[in-house]
Formats: sequence, C-alpha cells, structure tokens
Amino acid sequence: MDRITSKADLMAAYEAAKGKLALRLAGAKTDSGKKDILVCGDTGCLVSDSAKIIENLRAEVKAAGMDGDVRVVQTGCFGFCAQGPIVKIMPDNVFYVKVKPEDAKEIVATHIVGHKLVERLVYVEPTLKAQITDYQQMPFYKKQQRIALRNCGLIEEENIEEYIAAEGFQGLAKALTEMTPAQVVQEVLDSGICGRGGAGFPTGMKWKIAASVEAEEKYIVCNADEGDPGAFMDRSIMEGDPASVVEAMAIGAYAIGAKQGLVYIRAEYPLAVSRLQLAIDQARELGLLGKNIMGTGFDFDIEIKLGAGAFVCGEETALIHSMEGQRGEPTTKPPFPANIGGGYWGCSTNVNNVETYASIPIILRKGAEWYSKIGNWVTERDADGHWVKTVSGNAGTKVFALAGQVNNVGLVEVPMGTTLREIIYDIGGGISGGHEFKAVQTGGPSGGCITKENLDTPIDYGSLMKIGSMMGSGGMIVLSDKDCMPAMAKFYLGFTKDESCGKCTPCRIGTRRMLEMLEKICDGKGTEEMLAELEDLANTIRDTALCGLGQTAPNPILSTLRYFRDEYIAHVRDKKCPAGTCTSLFTLKITEACKGCTKCARNCPVGAITGEVKKQHVIDQAKCIKCGACIDACPFKAIVKE
Amino acid sequence: MCEHGCSCSSAAAEKFAELDTFIDGLKLDPADARRRGRLIQILHRAQHIFGYLPREVQQHVAQKMRIPESAVSGVVSFYNFFSTKPKGKYVINVCLGTACYVKGSEGVLRELERVLGVKADTDPTPDGLFSLTALRCVGCCGLAPVMVVNDKVYGKVTPAKAVAVVEEIRAREAK
Repeated sequence: MDRITSKADLMAAYEAAKGKLALRLAGAKTDSGKKDILVCGDTGCLVSDSAKIIENLRAEVKAAGMDGDVRVVQTGCFGFCAQGPIVKIMPDNVFYVKVKPEDAKEIVATHIVGHKLVERLVYVEPTLKAQITDYQQMPFYKKQQRIALRNCGLIEEENIEEYIAAEGFQGLAKALTEMTPAQVVQEVLDSGICGRGGAGFPTGMKWKIAASVEAEEKYIVCNADEGDPGAFMDRSIMEGDPASVVEAMAIGAYAIGAKQGLVYIRAEYPLAVSRLQLAIDQARELGLLGKNIMGTGFDFDIEIKLGAGAFVCGEETALIHSMEGQRGEPTTKPPFPANIGGGYWGCSTNVNNVETYASIPIILRKGAEWYSKIGNWVTERDADGHWVKTVSGNAGTKVFALAGQVNNVGLVEVPMGTTLREIIYDIGGGISGGHEFKAVQTGGPSGGCITKENLDTPIDYGSLMKIGSMMGSGGMIVLSDKDCMPAMAKFYLGFTKDESCGKCTPCRIGTRRMLEMLEKICDGKGTEEMLAELEDLANTIRDTALCGLGQTAPNPILSTLRYFRDEYIAHVRDKKCPAGTCTSLFTLKITEACKGCTKCARNCPVGAITGEVKKQHVIDQAKCIKCGACIDACPFKAIVKE
Repeated sequence: MCEHGCSCSSAAAEKFAELDTFIDGLKLDPADARRRGRLIQILHRAQHIFGYLPREVQQHVAQKMRIPESAVSGVVSFYNFFSTKPKGKYVINVCLGTACYVKGSEGVLRELERVLGVKADTDPTPDGLFSLTALRCVGCCGLAPVMVVNDKVYGKVTPAKAVAVVEEIRAREAK
C-alpha cells in the first residue's frame, strides 16, 4: 500500500481495498464460488487452539486446490465466547461453533468442496433446541447493535488495509479537511456519547474543556487499564480493531489541540499490546500518524505506556502518575487533568476509555444525528439545536461482558435502554445449569447487585444509579441461587482491600475493617449488631475516601445489605449459609443412601473418609476440608451439606 | 565480586550488561526531570531479564537513571506485577477475577495450595519448580475458571485438572 498524503489518496485506497470485505457483508452473492472463512483470533479463542484451526484450514484449502477462491482470515472477537472457537463462513452466513483443529478437514471437505453443512458443528439454540446456521437469526445477536464492536469479527485484525476497507480513517479525513476543531467537539457533544469507562461524563464536554485550555503542549490519553475483573471489551477492541483506537485518538487530538497521544495499557494483556503497537506502526508507515497527516499540516503520534498491575490506575489522576513513572496514587481534583498543572507532566491532558474511542470514528463519519437517535435518551436542546442536558436515558450503545451463571457467556453490545431481562434471558440464554436467577452484579467492585424485581430497568447511567448499582465499565456477572451474597461482598472487598493504594485512611484501613467483619459473618462469628456497624462504616467510607476506588468500595456491601439482608441475618443469627458455600457454616454427612462403593473415600484429597466396602462410610469432621469432591464423586447422592 | 559490589556470578554480570544496553538505548537526559517516565518500562525489562527485582537490580536502575533508590523501591513495591523475590520455574497463576470466582476458581487455588504445599503469593516450592499466585482477570471470562502457567492459558479448570497439569510438569521435569 502506498503512503496516504491526502484525503483523495485515502479514498483511492478505500476503493482499491473495499473488495476484500465484499464477501463478508450482508447481502453478498453466494454463487461466485469465492468464500471467506473467518476464525476468531482473540486471546480467548487462541487459548482454545484457534491458531491451529487457522493453520489446518489453510492447509486443507490448499490441498483442495481452492486457495485462489477461498481465504482463511483471522478476525477479532465475535462476542460469543461461550461457543468458541467460532468459524464463520461467508457469504454463506454459516456459523460453526466449538470447532477443534481436527475439524478443519471435514469443514473443507463437506462445506467448501461438498457444499453441505457440517451438521454436528452447527449451533444449537438451547431454549428452542433447534439448529441455527444464520447468525443474524440467533437470539444472541438479534437484539444487539454492534457499533463499538463493528469491526470485531469482520476485519483481519493485524491488517490496517482491511480497516481502511471498512471505511477506516474516513472520520479523521472528514474532521481534518471539512471541520474546525470546534466543530469536531460540537459533533461529539451533539452525539450524546458519554464516557464508557464507567462514570458516564459526556465525552464532548470533556473535549470542550480540554480544547478551551490555551497551551502549547497538550496530551490525549487512552485509558486501556481495564481493571474490572470480569470485563474484557477493551481487550477485545484492542485485539480485534486496534486501528479504530488510533483513528479516534487522532480525531480527539485534532479537536483539543494535542500533538502527542499515549495509550496506558495493562501488562496483563500482551496480545492487545502487540496488536495495538502493530496498528500504530502500520498507520505511521502509511502516513496516517506522524507529520502533516493527509497533507493538512496536522501532526500527531502515539506512544504506548505499560501499566504494571494496579486497579487504582484506572482512575485518571492515578493513571497519569503511573505514566510519569511514579506510584499510581490518585490526587484530589481539581485540578482536573485538563487543567494546567493537573495532567501529564503538568500539561493539559484529556483521558478517554477504549470503548469510547472505538465509537468516535463512526460518529464523525455518520454524523451526530445518526448516533444520537440510538438509545433511550430524552434531551433538551437550546435554540441552536445543541445538546443542553439529558432529561433521562443516554445515547448510543454499550458493550457488556456477560459472565457468571449464564448460558451465553460473551461480549454483547446493546442500545441504551435495553433491559437487563433482555440481556440475560434473550441474549444471554438464561441461567446455566437449571439454577434460579438471584442477582446480577454490574459495575464490578464499585457497583452493586440488581435483583429480580429490577430486571426490567432500562440500562442507562441514571437508571442503574437509581437502583443502587452503576454502569461501570460493563462487567455483568450473573449470580444464581448457588451464590452466597455475603460471600460475594467479601470477595469484592478482598479485591478492593488488595488494590487500595494506601494513600487515604478511610480506604486503606476502612476496607480492611469491612473485610474483617465480612469474614466473621461468613465464618459464623458475626452478630446482628455487626450488620449495623458494617453499614455505618460503609457509609462513612463512601463519604470520606479520596478517589473513586474508595468511595465506591462499600457499594457491594450496601447493595447486598439492601436487597439480601435476610441472607446476612441467616449467617449471623441462625449461623446458616442459605446458598451452601460458606464452609464454616455446614458439615458434610454421609447418609444411609450410601452403598459403600468407596468412591468418595478414593476421591477425598485429605483421606477424611473411611469405611468398609458395601457398608456406610463416615467422614472424619476434623480432617474434612469441605471441598465437595465426595459430593461430585458419589453416584448415589448420599452425601449432603448440613 | 562483580563491579556492582555484589557476590553475583559472571552470568549475572551478563544480565546487568543486557539491562545497561537497554537503558543506554533510551538515551535518558540526566538534566530532564521527565526521564523518570521511563522507570516502569525499564523495570519491566529488568524483571524480564532477571526474573525478579532484587535490591541490587533496583540500586543499579536507580544509579543508571540518576534517581533516588527510594523512588525505584517505591514503584516496585506498589505494583503487583513486580516481584522482589525469585519465582519458580513454572509460575501458576489462578485467576480470581469475578467471572472465574463465581465459577469456582477459589477451589482450584486451595487445591493447588494443598498439593504444592505453599500458600498463594508467597515463596516458591522448596524445589524451585513452582510459584503459585492469584491474579485478577486475564480477560478470558468465557473460559472461566482460568489458570495460566507461564504463558499457557488453561480454560474451564477444575481442581482435578489443575492437579493433573502439576503432575504432568513434575513428571516432565523428573526425566
């Protein structure tokens, strides 16, 4: 590909490249004999050998002499992680799931050469018990609208040419050649997009503040420190569509007047780091980063900064300190990063999250009006038609990482205003293992749980806040009747206690004290007075901690106390764990149903079970570690928790 | 005794030389306060070379960068990724992210603690073969619970499966 030195060059490159995606778009003709075989190459599927699947498919296609017509393409995440690795054949629109490397031979022989379906690999919808080949008909995809994830699973991840073929960099070209920086800011403001990292501050407003600062040296930063355990959309975007982040940062830099961009990314994501670096290098080679971009006189470049494992670095002031080579401790705001003295090396700095950036290029390309019509927001606008304030709801889409006790674990992107019920039951396929829905936790360690009564709440920043949870970065953990809520609160507090940076007392000492109380409660050593103390302490920490991490750390406790007080009461008064997970609150017993098959004794890792063959066995309670291995091993269901 | 004043061998001297080459390549300006911005990047490289960050390495980095040793030590102790103790040949990381936790990863961790005879996030096994650590989310939530051994990720792990992986490594190493 030649260097791109003008908008005309970009459009010529697009015209030349767009044929690459022709087979993959909806409505492509199926009779040309040409096919694209798309295989997910994200961290999740690579673990399940997708690289080997690609290698085998390529070898089989070659052996069949069809490598001229059939291409095997490594793409980003399709989102349907529970069914991975996924192989999608276009333009036939056929979706094969849980593919293994050894299936390559059959896929090529039967589908590509023989024009027949490989029946055993076709997705079976669990509720309808029917096979579905067309992914657009799958309940998992039907209610989704992929905007931030638009290119994930469509384009080859390590090839910027395919990003250009997917209309990439046209948003930047439009901004640079047809708009002033102020117009770009206004466009983003009018689109209504809010920060997808969790806080939900209007992105356009953030840009407007940064743009209004008069300074020679400014920075634009991408927060890719995806720390919420259970959320992985940022990783997927950086692995599947890294160039969109590059383009968006360039657009933002133009809007606020920055020349240097920085991506702060966690070291736990090596593949995302290398893909993003590759996209930056490729963009630089094409002249889409560097000096005089597209002949407009605009200079911009991006550098990657590695994190080193600290949840608090997702907070923007802590992130900035970490980029400066310091301990990632937050500082009080103001000064905000956009202010002089508050940002990177004291310069005005604008920080946005990966998912927010991924939506920016398409907003510029399609216009604010198009984006603002998606979602459930009702706005008030001034006489010029500009966004003034949101009465309710939000614009656009949000990506959620659906995980926990749900059938369809994966990444889903839905318009704002979609209800939790739609996400969990229609898209998520309901609760796994025949269990009962209990709650869904959103917002990770900073969020709260949502119960059955609130399943019809439309998802937007305000509505979730009202029911005591928050949007957060988009982790959505579904819990069933086998999950103990005080234990979940204990789990989250263990996390925030570990991740507290120690700078302010309420968070450093407070999280530890709350965790100790929760440990006592789960050990059966709690009292009813303790619940009141816990609530009191939680409220104090919420009001007095320095940064977002500490202020939100009590949320999992406050929300579980609000909705599941009865479970806490059961722990402290009756010394019982209703979900049967708190090991101090039950003992394992072998009942008379025991046939003396010795299986439990052989599976016990600590040798706590004794007994003669064909006679009822006994568990030595002093030795038992309550791991439950005997329950799983017993064919007669003779072992019970009491 | 090597030039760094410690009792390290020539193999260690080679490692220091490798680190020096990397730091020299960054062309840090001792008059520029912003040189500190490279600290985390340098520590990542140092840990990659040495496997961990003992005091000698921290001192060396501080001298090379002309920043106080306290600044280096402060950063090393703050971030989970940096370790001041040597690690086992095989580092077993059990994910304790929320998605993995609700799918039972704590049970996997407890079983590994029992089988290896060491507590998570402490010293390696006496034979130096294994280190056991808990980590928070590698972003493979679709495969929960997840365990990472060095760079290899294992999905849908059960306590029994985790023990089998350990046994396999032990058998391989015994040869």
